[in-house]
Amino acid sequence: MTAETLLASLQLSIPELILAVGAMALLMIGVFSGEKSASTVTGLAVALLIIAGLWLVLKTGEGAAYNGAFLSDPFAKFMKVLALIGSITALVMTVGHARSAQIDRFEFPVLLVLATLGMLLMISANDLISLYLSLELQSLALYVVAAINRDSIRSTEAGLKYFVLGALSSGMLLYGMSLIYGFTGHTGFTEIAAALTAEGRSLGLIFGLVFVLAGLAFKISAVPFHMWTPDVYEGAPTPVTAFFAAAPKVAAMAILVRIVINAFEPVVADWQQIIVFISIASMLLGSFAAIGQKNIKRLMAYSSIGHMGYALVGLAAGSMAGVRGVLLYMLIYMVMTLGTFACILAMRRKEGENVENVDDLAGLSQTNPFMATVLTVLMFSLAGIPPMAGFFGKYFVFMAAIEAQLYALAIIGVLASVVGAYYYLRVIKVMWFDDAKGEFARTAGELRLVFGLSGLFVLGYVLIGGPLGNAAEVAARTFF
Amino acid sequence: MTDWPVLSAVTFMPLVGVLLLLLTREDSAYGRRNILNVSLLTTIFTFAVSVYIWYQFDSSNPGFQMIEKHEWLGTGISYHLGIDGISMLFVVLSAFLMPFCVLASWLSIEKRLKAYMIAFLVLETFMIGVFVSLDIVLFYVFFEAGLIPMFLIIGVWGGKDRVYASYKFFLYTLLGSVLMLLAIMAMYWQAGTTDITQLLAYNFPRQMQTWLWLAFFASFAVKMPMWPVHTWLPDAHVQAPTAGSVILAGVLLKLGGYGFLRFSLPMFPLASDYFAPFVFTLSVVAIIYTSLVALMQTDIKKLIAYSSVAHMGYVTMGIFAANVQGVQGAIFQMLSHGIVSGALFLCVGVVYDRLHTREIAAYGGLVNNMPKYAVAFMVFTMANVGLPGTSSFVGEVLTLVGAFRANTWVALFATSGVILSAAYALWLYRRVVFGALEKESLKSLLDLSAREKAILYPLVILTIFFGVYPAPIFDATAASVDLLVNNYSAALQAAQNVALSVQ
Repeated sequence: MTAETLLASLQLSIPELILAVGAMALLMIGVFSGEKSASTVTGLAVALLIIAGLWLVLKTGEGAAYNGAFLSDPFAKFMKVLALIGSITALVMTVGHARSAQIDRFEFPVLLVLATLGMLLMISANDLISLYLSLELQSLALYVVAAINRDSIRSTEAGLKYFVLGALSSGMLLYGMSLIYGFTGHTGFTEIAAALTAEGRSLGLIFGLVFVLAGLAFKISAVPFHMWTPDVYEGAPTPVTAFFAAAPKVAAMAILVRIVINAFEPVVADWQQIIVFISIASMLLGSFAAIGQKNIKRLMAYSSIGHMGYALVGLAAGSMAGVRGVLLYMLIYMVMTLGTFACILAMRRKEGENVENVDDLAGLSQTNPFMATVLTVLMFSLAGIPPMAGFFGKYFVFMAAIEAQLYALAIIGVLASVVGAYYYLRVIKVMWFDDAKGEFARTAGELRLVFGLSGLFVLGYVLIGGPLGNAAEVAARTFF
Repeated sequence: MTDWPVLSAVTFMPLVGVLLLLLTREDSAYGRRNILNVSLLTTIFTFAVSVYIWYQFDSSNPGFQMIEKHEWLGTGISYHLGIDGISMLFVVLSAFLMPFCVLASWLSIEKRLKAYMIAFLVLETFMIGVFVSLDIVLFYVFFEAGLIPMFLIIGVWGGKDRVYASYKFFLYTLLGSVLMLLAIMAMYWQAGTTDITQLLAYNFPRQMQTWLWLAFFASFAVKMPMWPVHTWLPDAHVQAPTAGSVILAGVLLKLGGYGFLRFSLPMFPLASDYFAPFVFTLSVVAIIYTSLVALMQTDIKKLIAYSSVAHMGYVTMGIFAANVQGVQGAIFQMLSHGIVSGALFLCVGVVYDRLHTREIAAYGGLVNNMPKYAVAFMVFTMANVGLPGTSSFVGEVLTLVGAFRANTWVALFATSGVILSAAYALWLYRRVVFGALEKESLKSLLDLSAREKAILYPLVILTIFFGVYPAPIFDATAASVDLLVNNYSAALQAAQNVALSVQ
């Protein structure tokens, strides 16, 4: 590698460099000024993420870096912006809750920044090695974050569970990668695609593909690798759960899209059936298992499993329209999820304790009409009822499935969405039809801002959907 | 022609009212008054605009008019509005019924009036949007979005079993609709557009028509509702507040019939022809079976709900007879039923507000102390029966004539439904209004108040007016219906010619 190519590579990865260097600096600040610096470090971390985001949008060019292990293309940019928005929002939401959730340590924002760095690298990864390294950077930070409230048994249990199952999935991923390397002789996605042909594929390669997909399915919590999700969502402190539900899913979905569309494009028939199966299983489990949930965080866990299933419908189509659908779906999903978790964070009794049961929302439409309206809009959107944004997300992925003539997948998908509507309606029913049991404390300003913006986005998608759709289209064109 | 976007105006005008309502407070009698006035004025203005549309409407033009078209979402979906003779009167009907709904809720809604009115105005926007959409995705968005306010109206302001009824209403209709959504997507990939005007001109292959027809049928049959998927309707009607029932019976049930006329018949003529006997069977079963069920009801609203299902049977029968009389009759029957069944629910609301029960057995002898009410109720009962001189007669006779031309047996069985409807309607009237005034609880009831007169009398006049002089409605619909029926026969003829030439 000559000096010029190194310089060009560095230039393409400046946002990542900002985060890496910045995280170290924040760690220093935290260590030297002690426990009290938590809020300063949080503020600086938000600033750091915003700077990285701005640099990414305004200054970063396109091209391959580090001998093709790192790609900066419109797809990566789109997903990175999403991941950054998710991280920033999650970090902002922790501000008022850090103390009560026992996460007011300066390590927390630093770990979040490191996890975000891992996500950005992962989104850009174009090589099995860089994929694995970035995935582990993200995961290790997340394991610690899940258990950050070390005095809570539930939180430590969640962290441990996440770690053990995560390590297992990493093992599978690594094993799959080694098989792929063994049978193709390459680690770069582009080289793998060039070495593969639909006729000449070997059984070992298919094994490798299955293991890799299994490992990634774990990260996006798709069935049958979803078992950790409800427990971790419930056990982790709520601000952490809000983070888990948004940005890491976006990043993992991005790399899943990139690896199957880029590296395994020649064996589309092989991975397509796996994705179709995972998608159907996730949609069905997400719909049926959520019906019995009383805890709203567990409910959201099953909801996110279901939503990953819907996003995968677009990927299963394997077409330009499909990838575009996935991108829009992830965007809309992330906004809805962040808004919903802002509402969940606002479920705090006047006495100061946080509550997490669906029934605690009873009568919210009378005690706090604004929050009830926003949460209602979000629930209808999650259920995919027009004119909310969630409908358009589903519309575009199913559109792609119909184009690819995956009729069975589409029919099962829409029927599952009707079942899913049932439990979203239950939340709305509790808020509007039941009588109030008690009031919540005044909602913190930053939470109101987050769920207000989220509700506005979901309602206003009919007006702003055009430019967003175009951006997704440009991003999806990367592959086709 | 108009140069301002009059259809967008009529569609979104209720939302302006919503914005105004958001500024009001409801914690005082004065604030309550403001809310009611704002809602009433908004709905009246919307109605005025819809009348202006009727006035501007060129009834000699069978195509779409007052077109508005803009790019939307950048994916081939367009914001495309327009009306023809089939949809125009439904816009007027929707806008016409809303002021009555506001008036009917004047006193009966005691809690959360502001949210209630907002839900109604939002619902009005969605309902009108369905009828003016000329893009099939836009149509679907409005079609489905209407579920949201109706779900809340039934669930928050409904009766005792409101939760069950609202869930059933929502999930039943959603289940029907999602299949239609997939069909819409399949149509897009086949024809390359979601524009209704272009889809109307596109010839779908026969095999595909069958599947698309079934998917659309799943949605519209539930919405209509046709037997055997009608069971959500009685529950929803019984639990909904009076104004909710009026809108449900008056407009939401018409979405199904409108869908058949706009999509199933013109876009899938071969499949429509193929499935016509199936629809006839379901219609006849609906007419006879639900009329018998209505006879046995002890709840007034449930009885009217079942009679609505029976009357919708005439509509589906008329539509799939696919001749001028049948289709004209079906449209007329839908409009007339919108007025008559809406008025019947308003009549029930009048006594429900006084006594808070819908049990038929709790009433009797109301003619003695509520003579004005008895007269109004009688007119609507007669209209429900289909007595000549009322608007229902015109619609029923035309659909029967249409069905007779298509299939004599269908007409024969359907006509027996007229007798049954006389049986349940007159019996209901006898039990509620006639007889001696014996029950203590009824003796102190007052006759219609000025507000209630303002609600019922205009409807009485319209029912009789359109029964005697239906020409204004036929004038408006004739050209578009002719075009629809001609295209339909031409498509069938063309398919037959192809089949013959192959042999």
